[in-house]
Amino acid sequence: MRRPGLAAAIVATLLPAPVGADALAGQSVQQPTNWTAILMFAAFALLTLGITRWAAQRTRTVGDFYTAGGGITGFQNGLAIAGDFMSAASFLGISAQIFADGYDGLIYSIGFLVGWPIILFLMAERLRNLGRYTFADVASFRFAQAPVRSFAAVSTLTVVLFYLIAQMVGAGQLIKLLFGLRYEYAVVIVGVLMTLYVLFGGMTATTWVQIVKAVLLLGSATFMALVVLWQFGFSFEALFARAVAVKSGLAAAAGADPAEAAARGRSIMGPGNFIKDPVSAVSFGLALMFGTAGLPHILMRFFTVPDARAARKSVLWATGWIGYFYLLTFIIGFGAIVLVATAPRYLDPAGGLLGGGNMAAIHLAHAVGGDLFLGFISAVAFATILAVVAGLTLSGASAVSHDLYATVLRRGAADPAAELRVSRRTVLVLAVVAILLGIIFEKQNVAFMVSLAFAVAASGNFPVLLLSLFWKGCTTRGVVAGGTLGLVLAVVLTVLSPAVWEKILDYPAAIFPYSSPAIFSMPAAFLTIWLVSLLDRSGRAAVDRGGYPAQQVRAETGIGAARSSSH
Amino acid sequence: MDDAEAARVAADPRYHELVRRRGLFTWTLTAVMLIAYLSFILLIAFDKALLARPIGAGVTSVGIVAGFAVIMLAIVLTAIYVRRAARDFDPLVEAVRAEHDA
Repeated sequence: MRRPGLAAAIVATLLPAPVGADALAGQSVQQPTNWTAILMFAAFALLTLGITRWAAQRTRTVGDFYTAGGGITGFQNGLAIAGDFMSAASFLGISAQIFADGYDGLIYSIGFLVGWPIILFLMAERLRNLGRYTFADVASFRFAQAPVRSFAAVSTLTVVLFYLIAQMVGAGQLIKLLFGLRYEYAVVIVGVLMTLYVLFGGMTATTWVQIVKAVLLLGSATFMALVVLWQFGFSFEALFARAVAVKSGLAAAAGADPAEAAARGRSIMGPGNFIKDPVSAVSFGLALMFGTAGLPHILMRFFTVPDARAARKSVLWATGWIGYFYLLTFIIGFGAIVLVATAPRYLDPAGGLLGGGNMAAIHLAHAVGGDLFLGFISAVAFATILAVVAGLTLSGASAVSHDLYATVLRRGAADPAAELRVSRRTVLVLAVVAILLGIIFEKQNVAFMVSLAFAVAASGNFPVLLLSLFWKGCTTRGVVAGGTLGLVLAVVLTVLSPAVWEKILDYPAAIFPYSSPAIFSMPAAFLTIWLVSLLDRSGRAAVDRGGYPAQQVRAETGIGAARSSSH
Repeated sequence: MDDAEAARVAADPRYHELVRRRGLFTWTLTAVMLIAYLSFILLIAFDKALLARPIGAGVTSVGIVAGFAVIMLAIVLTAIYVRRAARDFDPLVEAVRAEHDA
């Protein structure tokens, strides 16, 4: 197997496929130990462990563990969702891509954001009214429990594992780069802290770690963006004009003739080669938009609020914060072009960024706030990964303990204490697996993994949820057949696509030429659910269809839904 | 909730009104978001030059304005839904619940 020299590529490890190789040509070099960053991170770790201790005292029942007893407010949940969703990739990766290519970075931001209105309109309130702990509660509401839950658990674990590996590898590279610590240490630190949060503090600790991280990330990104804009009299046009001039200057210095240099400068104002063919463009867009609406760790957050009204509010807050954050990364990316690309202290002799292409935002932090702020931003980036992996692990654990153990294995009659025990053991297993896979995949380009997680969520979970919520004729067989097909197709087509077939397996031409499978796998799942349900004449199918009115009444009104008590 | 109870709620005209009005509203908003986003993606796929064209005399391009318009649209649509839900749908839900949820 070839070892692609992308060790430093946090973008490549954390963002969906196409960004990977282009945005980052950086090599991973272990930096000198950065004590400021380490001390600041230690302060964050202490704070979050304190929160975990406090949360542990309020985590007694299964409901406390999975969903913080439903006692999170809409505003808090909105921040926590934003904290769960804004990964290190969004911050470092997208600003790095804007630093490199300008406009193209914006395309990602938009794809990540537009799934949120869809979640609000079609899902948030209905999820809260129908479910308790996992999205499978909703997907299996009127169907045979064992088959639908088994599908949902497999699909959840697929999404969670690929997402986790990508985050672990990204964490290792990031910490090596920012803190000057060894890769293995970083992966183990992430694994251990995440385990402590989830194991003892359950959803309460996870939520507050996500909230603290969201506030830190939004606050420091706001500071950076304000300093950049202040230098241009808060005029976007002036910032863009200067960035175009800098890019033209760099092209001219590299030997381009004046016309060519001017064109290259202007190219950062429009879409470049980010997406080559229309099929990939649309497919990728679908995966981002509908994948968000099928990510199990995101859907789980809607069970932490007391009622449908709070679920609604959390999406509005989340959408606002996430949209604001992408605006900030855009300013930060352009700020880096202006303040970092021309400063020799941040560049290596070849003209690349010190530490790799993904360091754009980090160097900008130094340019606007000196050593102290650099240390702070490094600690925030680490904290960012922790919050994301904690949410993922909790979601994976609940799929095993609530869906597989309590519902499938014990047929809904599990002793709650035993269910909690299974959940905590699963957290330990997931942590060990994540640490081991993180170390095994150190030198691999895992760019495809997050894109795969989104594709699986869009092709498996999303069609199953949507049709079970809105189509009366949907049956157990249809859901299981269509969901499984979508899941398998998303995985197989990703393996056959250039990102894996050519770049990882090192075969010549990819069998599946597009960068995302969603445009095929998602409609295939919808079509299969529809067709199989339509032809389903089993006795179970009659029960499934007959259960729709009761499900709809509860989904629309919340009658019969457990009113969660706040603490 | 058993089927008989569900049938009673389903027969309530206010429940009908709720499902019909909210359904129409949510699917309209969903369609607006979907069309706006897919148009943006299709422009990227088929007409990069249009997006790269500057607006007026400066360097700020059509694409930057369009991109931020999509971001703003996403936030505004969620705000519109939350407002309308609180004003129009919550009272209907409460009325149905008061009648049927003992």
